[in-house]
Amino acid sequence: MYAFTYHKPTSARQAATLLAKKEDAKLIAGGHTLLPTMKQRLASPSALVDLGACADLKGITVKGRNIVIGAMTTHAEVAASPEVQTAIPALAYLAGHIGDPHVRHRGTIGGSVANNDPAADYPAALLALGATIVTNKRKLTAEEFFTGLYETALDEGEIVTKVSFPVASKAGYAKFRNPASRYAMVGVFVAKRGGEIRVAVTGAGEGGVFRWPEAEAALKTRFASKSLDGLKHTANGINGDIHADPEYRAHLIGVMAKQAVAQATGK
Amino acid sequence: MTTVSLTVNGKPVTANVDPRTLLVQFLRENLRLTGTHVGCDTSQCGACVVHLDGKAVKSCTTLAVAVDGSSVTTIEGLAAGDALHPMQEAFREHHGLQCGFCTPGMIMAAVDMVNRRGNLLDEKTIREDLDGNICRCTGYHNIVKAIAAGAEAMGRGGAPARQAAE
Repeated sequence: MYAFTYHKPTSARQAATLLAKKEDAKLIAGGHTLLPTMKQRLASPSALVDLGACADLKGITVKGRNIVIGAMTTHAEVAASPEVQTAIPALAYLAGHIGDPHVRHRGTIGGSVANNDPAADYPAALLALGATIVTNKRKLTAEEFFTGLYETALDEGEIVTKVSFPVASKAGYAKFRNPASRYAMVGVFVAKRGGEIRVAVTGAGEGGVFRWPEAEAALKTRFASKSLDGLKHTANGINGDIHADPEYRAHLIGVMAKQAVAQATGK
Repeated sequence: MTTVSLTVNGKPVTANVDPRTLLVQFLRENLRLTGTHVGCDTSQCGACVVHLDGKAVKSCTTLAVAVDGSSVTTIEGLAAGDALHPMQEAFREHHGLQCGFCTPGMIMAAVDMVNRRGNLLDEKTIREDLDGNICRCTGYHNIVKAIAAGAEAMGRGGAPARQAAE
């Protein structure tokens, strides 16, 4: 790891000021992506602005029909939250299956979302549940926010402060994990809110998280895993690597989608 | 250099460190607490697991400066004098180790598991929760047995004193 200066602001506003002042500065949340990247010298920021002491970025609140999660809330906190478990159990389940218990004690929702790893779990939940990403400057829908592989709509100096999830009537998440990294080889989040059904796929797309309109249409007829029988996702635009080729991943999308619906419907 | 103050195994420590010092480096090199190991150095293997304010974390993926003011428990902080912690005793009793390299992380992860889930742990839960700890001798079978026994022993008043102190 190359040397850097270290800064620990106590509010998002202070963090934004530091980020603007220090050339080539990077934000660090739980650090479970950034630190390994820095160790490999794939990133070498001259300054780190640690969000760990920003109390205004932490915590889970219920606002009307929304669950609002502060950016620095850890995966373990989301998984264990009675509010999340009651309102959107699939979201608590997802958070409880990121990485491993030790990683979940440090990793944060804000960090995961801002990094937009194509195999991360949270992007699927945000896209399927129709979440709003709140930054220190504006509010963005998940569609607007996730723009590509490791790419988001965040501007220079913009900080994710919280994520607001509208409560779904039914939701489920299933992932086929890479056994070493626990990242999703394919993860599918399904959500039903009123008449709207969304199916979001992570781990598979060449451009990161995406929706599967054919599955959404099929589930609109009847929200049951049977409705997806025989439905196949194309292997075009699907990732291939040493762990799984595009055809295998495309097949997994269908399998995971059915499991996610089964979880959502309790069948 | 940045000043870091921590409470490690109940004792206050302060040092000036380069900001890029990892918590595991700080423990091993500054404090000479070499029970915490570096295995993969990529946050997968869990040999470096310590408790940070009572929660298991991977100290190879944590900056020492980022946890300034926190309380850290390492494997050296578990035993009460000559008496092994019940989880350590269970690993010995059930031969939950072969080469021993992963053992400190396994034991810290096991105690964390008990802290989160209580004293009655079934095999499935233990195996799932050991996701972040790798044993390259592949001696998982006895590790799982040791954790179940250690968890029960912790409940029988072989209480985790050090945990309560955090």
